[in-house]
Amino acid sequence: MMAALSTLLVKRGIARKVVAIIYNLNVIPRRNFCSVDAGGGAHSNLRVEKAQDSEEKVEMTTESGQHDIAIVGGGMVGLALACALSSIPLTKHLSVAIIDSNPALGLRTCLMKDDIPDSRVSTVTPATISFFKEIGAWEYVKQQRHAFFNQMQVWDYTGLGYTRYNARDVGKECLGCVVENKVLCNSLLLCLQEKDFEKTIYPARLTSMSFRSKYASAGTGTYQASNKSISSGTTLSDDTSEQIHHGHLVKLDLSNGKSLHAKLVVGADGAKSRIREIAGLKTTGWNYSQSAVICTVEHTVENHCAWQRFLPSGPIALLPIGDKFSNIVWTMSPEESLRHKSMSKDDFVKAVNHALDYGYGPHPQSSFLDHYMERFSRVTRHGTLSTAEYFEVPPKVTNVVSERLAFPLSLMHARDYASEQVVLIGDAAHTVHPLAGQGVNLGFGDASALAKVIAEGVKVGTNIGELSLLKQYEKERKAANVTMMAILDGFQKAYSVDLGPINLLRAAAFHSAQYIAPLKKNIISYAMGEQKWPLFS
Amino acid sequence: MARRSLHLFRDLYRSRDPFPKPFLQNPIATLLHPAISSALLQRRSHAFAAPPPPAMQNPKPSNGSGDENKSPTFHSSLNEAEVAKFSAIAETWWDFEGPFKPLHLMNPTRISFVRSTLCRHFKKDPYCARPFQGLKIIDVGCGGGILSEPLARMGATVTGIDAAEKNIKIARIHAASDPLTSSIEYICTTAEELVKGNKKFDAVISLEVIEHVADTLEFCKSLAALTAPTGATVISTINRSVRSYATAIIAAEYLLNWLPKGTHQWSRFLTPEELVLILQRASISVQEMAGFVYNPLTGEWSLSDDTSVNFIVFGTKGSE
Ligand SMILES: Cc1cc2nc3c(=O)[nH]c(=O)nc-3n(C[C@H](O)[C@H](O)[C@H](O)COP(=O)(O)OP(=O)(O)OC[C@H]3O[C@@H](n4cnc5c(N)ncnc54)[C@H](O)[C@@H]3O)c2cc1C
Ligand SMILES: C[S@@+](CC[C@H](N)C(=O)[O-])C[C@H]1O[C@@H](n2cnc3c(N)ncnc32)[C@H](O)[C@@H]1O
Repeated sequence: MMAALSTLLVKRGIARKVVAIIYNLNVIPRRNFCSVDAGGGAHSNLRVEKAQDSEEKVEMTTESGQHDIAIVGGGMVGLALACALSSIPLTKHLSVAIIDSNPALGLRTCLMKDDIPDSRVSTVTPATISFFKEIGAWEYVKQQRHAFFNQMQVWDYTGLGYTRYNARDVGKECLGCVVENKVLCNSLLLCLQEKDFEKTIYPARLTSMSFRSKYASAGTGTYQASNKSISSGTTLSDDTSEQIHHGHLVKLDLSNGKSLHAKLVVGADGAKSRIREIAGLKTTGWNYSQSAVICTVEHTVENHCAWQRFLPSGPIALLPIGDKFSNIVWTMSPEESLRHKSMSKDDFVKAVNHALDYGYGPHPQSSFLDHYMERFSRVTRHGTLSTAEYFEVPPKVTNVVSERLAFPLSLMHARDYASEQVVLIGDAAHTVHPLAGQGVNLGFGDASALAKVIAEGVKVGTNIGELSLLKQYEKERKAANVTMMAILDGFQKAYSVDLGPINLLRAAAFHSAQYIAPLKKNIISYAMGEQKWPLFS
Repeated sequence: MARRSLHLFRDLYRSRDPFPKPFLQNPIATLLHPAISSALLQRRSHAFAAPPPPAMQNPKPSNGSGDENKSPTFHSSLNEAEVAKFSAIAETWWDFEGPFKPLHLMNPTRISFVRSTLCRHFKKDPYCARPFQGLKIIDVGCGGGILSEPLARMGATVTGIDAAEKNIKIARIHAASDPLTSSIEYICTTAEELVKGNKKFDAVISLEVIEHVADTLEFCKSLAALTAPTGATVISTINRSVRSYATAIIAAEYLLNWLPKGTHQWSRFLTPEELVLILQRASISVQEMAGFVYNPLTGEWSLSDDTSVNFIVFGTKGSE
């Protein structure tokens, strides 16, 4: 066993090639992912090409299935972590396994720009864009469909408040970019493939996970136990060394009957994380008793602005997704979401246009608040930036071009992101209300931070599964995530009840955001993912 | 000689070499600039007189003559009582919340010093994951292997030695659980014993040990003897200052209960100046020095120019 392992290590050292092997190719197609139909010639060529390279690897891994890191969940965040690890000099030697039954992980084609955009999209912030550039994935996004926006308008149904952000208020070219989730996944996959990085994709689901035998674990009690058996003789028995050898690895069992071992398991398996459950990491949170209806719609003109209007039932967002298409994320009660999901296309289009225009209340108008605010901004001399932008009505929706999906919404936060040899990233650690489109950006922040912490650990020879190392990541991300969650939850709460006169205060808050340039600047940079502490800076 | 090397050490820091960023952000200051070191040389006499450091307390017959020390149990610098203290708590080496918590907390920080100094000295790529590949390193007084294991993961061929048999056993068991560390060679012996075997290492590292040995000069001479002619020596220890008394002994042993009471004897501690001079007498010239400071709010250690409590030195073999 010892010998087998050491030869494995030696081989691993030599064979630092791109090896992507797909076990068990009879994958079950599933909807809603980065799936591309049939795959086409391009991707099968690639796989054949890789086959020669992978031979050595296949023989090695099928036998031992040992990796430094096992990423469970190859969604956007899990793939981003793999990509980040492959792009940092200190971590690119690590052997990484990605476990996900999502068939899209086996596909390697650029997505066509002329398809109808998928309804699952993400608003990526400039911070996420820099991260993607850093890891080399942004160039692939650029080759596929994406839509930058440089304006943002937020208003509410009472007609009292609105605010318009413009990228130039913060001296930027854009406020963000809307990208389909499947484009993000695909770009990360294409980028990973280019890297000189040892990764193995296991197309299966994780079913169970078992930790190192107590024997070799690091703790007072266990050491006393081990010491007893050792003290009788100076050399370790074969039996003992065998146990110890697997002792430091977590064993993961997969739905296809295979199993593998890893030093560190990363739970990137989404909001219902199985890893989180098995590791016993507790969560806090609540359901919003709200659902989001999402779909792709068409206009007669191109949209360059992100629109969000707060309605009595929750916000509706209209996000540009390129050409004359936009994406709708509409929050409402679960019953309403079912009704909106099943109504006819025409009725839905009418409902959307109503919600984005005169429905539920008037357009915001100049009111006593404006005068007050104008005076205020003159007094505070903050009126120098382009503060007052005019309210606009979003472009009319003419057609729904995708199916409508409904998701229940909840806020969830894991109390701990890490335990010995296990760490959570992305939705597995936190889910937020989608109203500011921050969800996946927080996840990308996690992936970036974790990769850097692992690199720091490797640099000083730390065992990458060590809790003290993983806690550094937790410490860094908890602060950022909790702040964002609190802000979003506060926003959500402020708009989920109709408080009569208090609506006025809310409107005043909008107005101050509209008029007080520095504050507005802070809010925007926070929404763009640039600032950690918007409220105190 | 001392002056020259100290200039060199200062110049090292002035140069704009593209060292890894974290080190630039955490500049290790040059504690010993020429002014201080000459003041030091004048102070040398009383520094060594009162309070008498252990080196003076029990002078040992000169090392290397071999003939009088045939018995394998005789170790010139070994302090049996000190070693027994560590033996008693050997099971807890890898308990992160146990008595060795300070060492675990300090580990990344002191290793980053080792990494940057050795990478520079041996011209290794600081951005690579295993920069010590090809280097033979000995960890003298390795305890449970808290330093040996990371060194092995960084690519070094590691030998860990400790005077306590129990420590060596624990270190072996722990290292065996990871293929990257299972190649570490752990031996229960002392530096002096190993010198007799004429062993040489590219780097000799002994962290937090010298304050526990009986004869510091003999100990340093042994470290020097184990160092290859072009090799490096790294030592870390606790300063004999009022602050170290307050932090290392009162706080760590009595208030925080981090360390078992009696782990340290303050009078044994060396000041940075004394260590530099002792090493010089062992023909090792100190090139770089840094302090570690503990931030109780973040619970983290960092490298700094404040050597008043914990400090680490990197030296090369002198030409004499
Ligand atoms: C309606 C809605 C709208 C949203 N809009 C936005 C937006 O505009 N902007 C934004 O930033 N965010 C948005 N979000 C949030 C965003 O979608 C999530 O934050 C993001 O998908 C999280 O990515 P992830 O990789 O952590 O998890 P997921 O995308 O959930 O990926 C988890 C992966 O793990 C795999 N998996 C699960 N269990 C297992 C298992 N046992 N074994 C193996 N694999 C497993 C799954 O197959 C999946 O591929 C929205 C969310 C919703 C619900
Ligand atoms: C504070 S511990 C440091 C352990 C390790 N170097 C580290 O920093 O993680 C001191 C160790 O030095 C050992 N030791 C003390 N005197 C020694 C000597 N003369 N020779 C070898 N080891 C010695 C003790 O047994 C103990 O394990």
